[in-house]
Amino acid sequence: LSICFRTVEPLEYYRRFLKENCRPDGRELGEFRTTTVNIGKCLCSITTADGSALVKLGNTTVICGVKAELAAPAVDSANKGYIVPNVELPSLCAERFRSGPPGEEAQAASQFIADVIENSQMIVKEDLCIANGKLAWVLYCDIICLDYDGNLLDASVFALLAALKNVQLPLVTINEETGLSEVNLKQKNPLIIRKHPVATSFAIFDDTLLIVDPTAEEEDLATGTVTIVTDEEGRLCSVHKPGGSPLTGAKLQDCITRAITRHKEVKKLIDKVIKSITPK
Amino acid sequence: GVLERSREQLLRQTCEAVLLGVLHPRTAISLVLQVLSDAGSLLSCCLNAACMALLDAGLPLAALFCGVTCALQPDGTILLDPTARQEQEARAILTFAIASRERKVLMATTKGSCSVEEMQQCLAAAQSAASTIFQFYRDSVHRRYSKC
Repeated sequence: LSICFRTVEPLEYYRRFLKENCRPDGRELGEFRTTTVNIGKCLCSITTADGSALVKLGNTTVICGVKAELAAPAVDSANKGYIVPNVELPSLCAERFRSGPPGEEAQAASQFIADVIENSQMIVKEDLCIANGKLAWVLYCDIICLDYDGNLLDASVFALLAALKNVQLPLVTINEETGLSEVNLKQKNPLIIRKHPVATSFAIFDDTLLIVDPTAEEEDLATGTVTIVTDEEGRLCSVHKPGGSPLTGAKLQDCITRAITRHKEVKKLIDKVIKSITPK
Repeated sequence: GVLERSREQLLRQTCEAVLLGVLHPRTAISLVLQVLSDAGSLLSCCLNAACMALLDAGLPLAALFCGVTCALQPDGTILLDPTARQEQEARAILTFAIASRERKVLMATTKGSCSVEEMQQCLAAAQSAASTIFQFYRDSVHRRYSKC
């Protein structure tokens, strides 16, 4: 009987749970789903990528692969490399996504990830330069959603961070005589990651209630979303509220406080996973 | 490109939040914004243009909204409505869409990083500046309808 009610009146069904301060899957309003992350060539199956990570946030599954290539830097920024993120929502991850050119959600997510990288300065582009004006690294970060169950942005940022931490760049030298680059695959250095941004998403219900880590069903019923990205110093890298119900400054502050707590949990998880895969 | 797509999503969801779409079923409301010149604070200019266009069209709105851009300069001072040059020199740029009812935040987007206190200060500045913009809306509409 409850399944019929859920199909016919999903919003009423949800409101009954929210009145008791919980959600149908048993979580509290401020509780995240189980987060698991697999990093590296052994656990995460992308052997051709320079760095990879697979993140599962409940059912939402996102994989990130990082490929490093060489290119000439741009004329106006001769000492900077490039980071090119791309978020893909293939038709296999949810019914609503059709195959073909990327839809608005995928493009907006790609722009969001590019903004997070730029705002947080997690990778400084000057670090990617090999020879001023001649050679620099290009990092192609491909984030692909394998299963869409809400909260794409959190999972994507987490997968990106985990994959970048796993990237090993070979040492490149420029031969003085020939002017050609020589890649030494035996000597690899990890990427310098300066900041660790973590995203926390909230869904707004009925203009007043804020729930953390919405599932796809909750996102459809919600009247708005907010995503806050913080780094380890408690600084705000991004406040992303694309329209939706209006919020007071105080409610926004509550979101930021929850985001800062979440950052600590995620940082602990990443450190644990990195430590477990680093060879002693 | 992806930047335009992202801006379109911000504008669309902001307009959808205030528009009483229930009163116009089976209707498509299409909003086309053409940038004639960009001298800074482009997104908030788009938001203001969108709101005034919706007003001019006579569509039923739950509230008005206005766009305010705040630039955080390297020395910590807050600059509202920055020019393109000021935006480049700023260490963070925050754009808010403020609703006319209780000055709540409809849309927020940031570029660069800032501390939580700085964001709250910018938000407070934007909320007080919103009153000036809403007065401008009033004056413009008054001017338009006083001629006929």
